[in-house]
Amino acid sequence: MSAVPARRRLRPARALLHVFLALVALGWLLPLALAVYASLRPYDETARLGYFSLPEHLTLGYYGEAWTQADLPRYYLNTLIIVVPAMVVTLLLASFTAFAIARLRVPGRRTLLIVFTAGNLLPPQVLITPLYTLYTLIPLPAWLSDSQSLYDSYLGLILIHVAFQFGFCVFVLANFMRTIPEEINEAALVDGAGVWKRYWRLTLPLCRPVLAALATLEFTWMYNDFLWALVLMSSGDKLPVTSALNNLRGQFFTDYNLLAAGSVLVALPTLIVFQLLHKQFVAGLTLGATKG
Amino acid sequence: MAVKTRRYSARDVTVLVAGLGVAIVVNVGLVWGPTLASVGLSATDWTGIGPIGWIGGRNYHDLATTYPPFWSAVRNNVLWLGFLGLVATPFGLFCAVLLDRRLRMSRLYQSALYMPVVLSLAVVGFIAQLVLSSDYGVLNAVTGLHVDWLGDRAVNIWVVMVAAGWRHVGYVMIIYLAGLKAVDPALKEAAAIDGANERQAFFRVVFPTLRPVNVIVFVITVIEALRAFDIVYAINKGRNGLELLSVLVTENIVGEASRIGFGSAIAVILLVISLGFIVTYLAQLFREEER
Repeated sequence: MSAVPARRRLRPARALLHVFLALVALGWLLPLALAVYASLRPYDETARLGYFSLPEHLTLGYYGEAWTQADLPRYYLNTLIIVVPAMVVTLLLASFTAFAIARLRVPGRRTLLIVFTAGNLLPPQVLITPLYTLYTLIPLPAWLSDSQSLYDSYLGLILIHVAFQFGFCVFVLANFMRTIPEEINEAALVDGAGVWKRYWRLTLPLCRPVLAALATLEFTWMYNDFLWALVLMSSGDKLPVTSALNNLRGQFFTDYNLLAAGSVLVALPTLIVFQLLHKQFVAGLTLGATKG
Repeated sequence: MAVKTRRYSARDVTVLVAGLGVAIVVNVGLVWGPTLASVGLSATDWTGIGPIGWIGGRNYHDLATTYPPFWSAVRNNVLWLGFLGLVATPFGLFCAVLLDRRLRMSRLYQSALYMPVVLSLAVVGFIAQLVLSSDYGVLNAVTGLHVDWLGDRAVNIWVVMVAAGWRHVGYVMIIYLAGLKAVDPALKEAAAIDGANERQAFFRVVFPTLRPVNVIVFVITVIEALRAFDIVYAINKGRNGLELLSVLVTENIVGEASRIGFGSAIAVILLVISLGFIVTYLAQLFREEER
């Protein structure tokens, strides 16, 4: 058997493969495309013809309306206030912890790593009841929280994001730091570099790609969070944008086209981050996953 | 050891204790502390205000006997796990295997498949409504059916699982794809030289080397099934056929009836199930590391 006929016989198989994958991809995108399509058509038109019909008019008006009527800028700002500090603190705290666990002879480091990693795997509902109570009991000064407690404050949400996501980041970073050659550390030791210097000046810069991957992933996860805000907040005007969408549903529930526009706007930041930082995003997902 | 400890100056020790101290306080205070508190509260009749009364195992007894949503939730969680594990995960693996062949436009297919992974489940829940709603949903419009996909208890859990699977497939696919890229190509060549066809090569040679990835995907699948919440909550607050254990916990604290003790009992059941898997997973992970 020569190679030529073999290759020729493979061709229809390849074509079939492409057809199959294209169909799956299309099927996967269809629901999203539908949401975008619905957001571009006037409500009375879809009410008359259904969502699956040819358009008579297309309009961007719903986007403007969702933006102003649903007060989206405020909710985006809320998300920003919560997610950015939470992300930064999580990465800082996790990288230092990972550094201590992976690069220093801290007693009990193995136990620590196990406890931190396991914490991230818990379903949030397992801890949510006492957490809710705890939040209502911890007082905060009025300038930090209108409710004067951790409950219903930005700080409360930031803290729980840090606490909950921290374990995953420690796990990934500790695994990565173990792959850094020990000699670098030794050399710094000889030069008399302290713990902080070896962490901040030496190890952290080497972790840049991992940190970028984790930041992308954590942004997506924290941005998409729904549960913590639902349980730990009560004022509608402080909600992050993802949870706010759910509230808007009650407000605009007759106008699905407006809601579709709102949904697209809410989905947009993560989709943009995903497209721009595609590599980091995938790296992040697989970093935690393939090392095992 | 003595030589090594002497390497730390007083300042080093302060930095270490401060850094690790904050990490431990945050983790124990906000994650493990409340988790343990759930266990304690599950044996009480606390309502969030007033005195805490110890009632032993009564919450668990009531759960099993006089709280109908509990068994629907258990059933739905099991179904959810079964669907993700037996349908969505294998399909993700299948797509990863297909995409692993250096195809043209592979990146395009991949992006389409895991686009839903970056979407919030609240958005997924809304999109599900656009597709599945009984009077204006696209599915009924196209097929001419008049099924109340989201309201009918007989079908709604199934269609919601499909929506959750939509997201899960991409997630699993990307993890397997990374795993497959790491497989030594020489292995596949050797199998081909030995006369194995593609299916044989995959199941006998490639798949066994994916074992660590399989373990991770398995854990992700279980954890996702136990954590499932957002999508049903966004659709109908997890009522009328869409009960899940996670929803019942939330309902008992944020709902009208604040039954902290009772909600905690459901949480503890969730905890026991998930801890079983978490411990197995970590044991495997850290055993492998030791080698």
